[in-house]
Amino acid sequence: MRKMKQSRRMIFGGMILSGTMALLALLSAVWTPYSPTAMSGAEKFAPPSWAHWFGTDQFGRDIFSRVMCGMGTTFFIALGTVLIGALIGILIGAVTGYFGGWIDEALMRLNDALTAFPSILLALVFIALLGFGKYNVILALGVAFIPSYARVVRTEFARHREMTYVRSARLMGASHGRIMLRHILPNTTRVLLPALVIGFNNAVLAEAGMSYLGIGVKAPDVSLGYMLSESQGYMMTAPWYVLCTGAVIVLLILGVSLIGEGLQERRGQ
Amino acid sequence: MKRKFALFLALCLVCAVLGGCGGGSKRGGAEGSNGLDDERKANNEIVVAIPQDLADSLDPHGSMSAGTREILFNIYEGLVKTGPDGELIPAVAESYRISEDGLTYTFKLRENVKFHNGAKVSAEDVIYSLQRCINNAGNMGDSALVSALSAIRYDELVAGEDNTVSFRIDKPNPELIYFLTVAVVPADYDSLDTAPCGTGPFRFVSRSPQESIVLERFDDYWGERAALDRVTLRVYTDPTALVLALKAGSVDLCPHLTAAQTAQLGTAYTILEDTMNLVQAVYLNHNMAPLDNETVRQAMCYAINRQEIMDMVADGHGVAVGSSIYPKLTRFFLPELVDRYPYNVEKAKELLAQAGYPDGFDLAIAVVSSYQPHMDTAEVVVEQLRAIGINASVQPMDSATWLNDVYVGRSFQATITGVDAKNVTARAMLERFVSDNGKNFINYSNPEYDALYAQAMAAVNEAEQTELYQKMETILCDTAANLYIQDLADLVAIRGDLTGLRFYPVYVLDLQTVHYE
Amino acid sequence: MRYTAKKLAMMLLTMVIVSFLAFLAFQIIPGDPTVRLLGTDATAESVALLRAELGLDRPFFVRYAAWMQGALQGDFGRSYSYAMPVSELLAGKIGITALLTAVSFLLIVTISLPAGILLCVREHPRLDRAADAVNQLIMAIPPFFTGILMTLVFGLMLRWFVPGSFVSPSEDFWRSAAYLVFPALAIALPRIAMTVKMLRASVRGELTKDYVRTAYSRGNSRWQALCHHVLRNAVVPTVAFLAMTAADLVAGSVVIEQVFSVPGLGRLLLTSIANRDFPVVQAIVVILALWVVLVNGAADLLNQRLDPRLRLS
Repeated sequence: MRKMKQSRRMIFGGMILSGTMALLALLSAVWTPYSPTAMSGAEKFAPPSWAHWFGTDQFGRDIFSRVMCGMGTTFFIALGTVLIGALIGILIGAVTGYFGGWIDEALMRLNDALTAFPSILLALVFIALLGFGKYNVILALGVAFIPSYARVVRTEFARHREMTYVRSARLMGASHGRIMLRHILPNTTRVLLPALVIGFNNAVLAEAGMSYLGIGVKAPDVSLGYMLSESQGYMMTAPWYVLCTGAVIVLLILGVSLIGEGLQERRGQ
Repeated sequence: MKRKFALFLALCLVCAVLGGCGGGSKRGGAEGSNGLDDERKANNEIVVAIPQDLADSLDPHGSMSAGTREILFNIYEGLVKTGPDGELIPAVAESYRISEDGLTYTFKLRENVKFHNGAKVSAEDVIYSLQRCINNAGNMGDSALVSALSAIRYDELVAGEDNTVSFRIDKPNPELIYFLTVAVVPADYDSLDTAPCGTGPFRFVSRSPQESIVLERFDDYWGERAALDRVTLRVYTDPTALVLALKAGSVDLCPHLTAAQTAQLGTAYTILEDTMNLVQAVYLNHNMAPLDNETVRQAMCYAINRQEIMDMVADGHGVAVGSSIYPKLTRFFLPELVDRYPYNVEKAKELLAQAGYPDGFDLAIAVVSSYQPHMDTAEVVVEQLRAIGINASVQPMDSATWLNDVYVGRSFQATITGVDAKNVTARAMLERFVSDNGKNFINYSNPEYDALYAQAMAAVNEAEQTELYQKMETILCDTAANLYIQDLADLVAIRGDLTGLRFYPVYVLDLQTVHYE
Repeated sequence: MRYTAKKLAMMLLTMVIVSFLAFLAFQIIPGDPTVRLLGTDATAESVALLRAELGLDRPFFVRYAAWMQGALQGDFGRSYSYAMPVSELLAGKIGITALLTAVSFLLIVTISLPAGILLCVREHPRLDRAADAVNQLIMAIPPFFTGILMTLVFGLMLRWFVPGSFVSPSEDFWRSAAYLVFPALAIALPRIAMTVKMLRASVRGELTKDYVRTAYSRGNSRWQALCHHVLRNAVVPTVAFLAMTAADLVAGSVVIEQVFSVPGLGRLLLTSIANRDFPVVQAIVVILALWVVLVNGAADLLNQRLDPRLRLS
């Protein structure tokens, strides 16, 4: 009983947090308190006040507005990454897990190799090829995330393949595709959902890391990771810049992981 | 009970791990009252922070980044070397004579000049160095150096008695002497690319990639010996880590800081200000419409507010320029060009409409993303251009891609970068804008300019040559070849009890006269 | 025995694929080292000359075969940037990153295991919830942010270490290790939280099982049940998790090395990629892949030992 209550509280808390963030992110597409690019030499490095909730940065731009836009970009990138990684990963995992055989072996070798490959290099290759910018970051991270989804899904499909309900479906003449889609896939959601949530968070962290290293999103795009790396240089003159941006990232990740945790507890992991 | 005790133990373990290690590191390194290391002062050594690793071969005749070059200045010298005021001072050669007709050069080498490995410098070494240099320069595509040094008739390059080297050239060239600052190296030495051996006031001790380079005073230096015993140049690629190291007192000298970084330092450091000796501008590709239209370019010049850029990006530090010569090249710099296009948004819009673009156009400005001053400048420039209707945007890219696509490939519209010179000649800055020059990345083509350049190359005396160069400089400004901005400020943080740093009109870091008070 | 041989073959295959992919990656990335080496001296002709000199104009497979041949003999070529043999260049860096990883792993094990177990000894709902919350919070903080905050707090305010004063292990091992505790902690912190969570979930899961109830009915206290029975079972998935963590610790160090200015493999990798210094990048990628493959292999073997159910025929 207590577990139920706790899990519900977690999901609730998580949804409030991420919901607020998502709302602000969506809102940034149409309205922000100030223009995120409007520079004002007179107001450089202003500490947080009623006029500027998060203060201003080195160009006098309102940090809160930029954070809103940044959240939008980060959400967009993380969702895109999970979409690509999960869709392709599920496809690969399902096919290899279900059919097995040499294609399974071959793809799993490739998977292993990709996991052993430093993800930084992988991301860098994409960025170097395609240039900076949020779409390319999505592509880079999405591809980097495929192996982990593929692996999870493959184990699940391999496991379910031997189960009686699948065998009976085969006996009844259902096609492979139908079995995979209609029967096995719904049963894997228990494992898949938390993986998606964790994937989302990992994508946020990865994007922040990449932008910090200078290989992710850059001006003129605004992303939280890029702002964090920018704000570092002014840590001592304008600590609110680092702290506010960092706090927002932490809260974003926290919100989503609470939802994930709650879901896991719910399903009785 | 048991649980509380166990928890307590766990806490102790954690504290022990952290505290014990912390205490250990505190014991090492005596700290002075202002946080700076007194141990280093007692040993007469300093730590210099450099923002980029010397990721190059250390061969002085090879191609290298400006950062490597500025350090090697302490290790290598040529027959002559550049002095702090831009004039040449004799180095390996104690004196030189140029004949009346400008065709014969005679250098008398010093008796007491030695290489770092102890060997005495002979005329053979000098001859070997010149020939080696020109061979390498040819491969490297350094056309200025090649054409200057290849004027020397190498088959007539002789070592005379009483330690002289002399050669003849075909046509008089008042600039040739400035190119003879190339390093003199030992003729029989193999490992120049990893273990430098020169004649300068400091000798190379070791290099640890990505960590540090160590130099030590060369006691057998021919001139005034360096004041410091030992210099460790430590690599700090991360600007925040650099500021933290400065605040913690781990670094004694740090050049090329930004205004934002120096603002965070306390009183333990003196901040010296100089310029970087380069020309930062929005360089425009003249093969791309509408940038091939002079009126359009002039309109853009009027839209650029240089003071605002300097205020936003560097707290007002920096020196505005109007053409491709930076202020410290005093022989050539023309101050009247700086304000040729004073900031005037109305005029800019008017000119743009006149040129046929009343609604502006799209402009992508390529910038190397890792160099923050250029990135910051780009953001301000974008806003300024937008104010006159040009839809400008920043196109960040990494340095390798920029070199490949923009500089060599020349496929870009506009780019913000800083162009500098390897020696104190106007030629080094101006020759790239000649139409058929291999480094003319902006595709500038102006017959009048080319003609003046040809004349300058044929000039016989310095005054004539200077005048021609100044005319070329003026043309660049009048035709708005680029949107000139500034010579970036070079802020140097030096610990309070250290002094003697001299500034040069080229990008070098001269450590010879730096000493503790 | 057959299993081990098969495993080894698989590992080798993975390594070959990784090295091939890395080589391929550089084939397609725009920009080659010649342009960067020549810098602003670069013109079309000088670039072509230098490319020929470095052997970059040979076809892809010829270059790959040549590299492979050298690599098998331990010769990884010469760095384009530093003009020194790659093996010499990497020798020092490996030690530094290895030390950093070792200290991180040590911290993870010594903190998360006792903490995880201790938190399970008694059922204390409020403490459990507080621990959960703290866990969640720690996992949500990006490691480099932790690193920055640590440098501020421990470096500048408390002066427990001096930022930027890294000493290499060959010079002064203990001082080096002492400096590395802080970056190691930044890397370890989120993983400690994850391991604690894993361990606690695992232990709690075991505690609900029948054999534990049997133990209680035989008069064992919770503590005794824990020590004698539960831990042994709960530790299995945790070991698997720790192995996975060890494998990606090195990846985590790449960013942290930047924050603390530690001159290890991670930083060298990043700069070498930016400089298109292929030989160095190839060598580092191979080393990193080797580490991951070895650790995963060792983890599998360990798992087998601990859990007979996993033994395959």
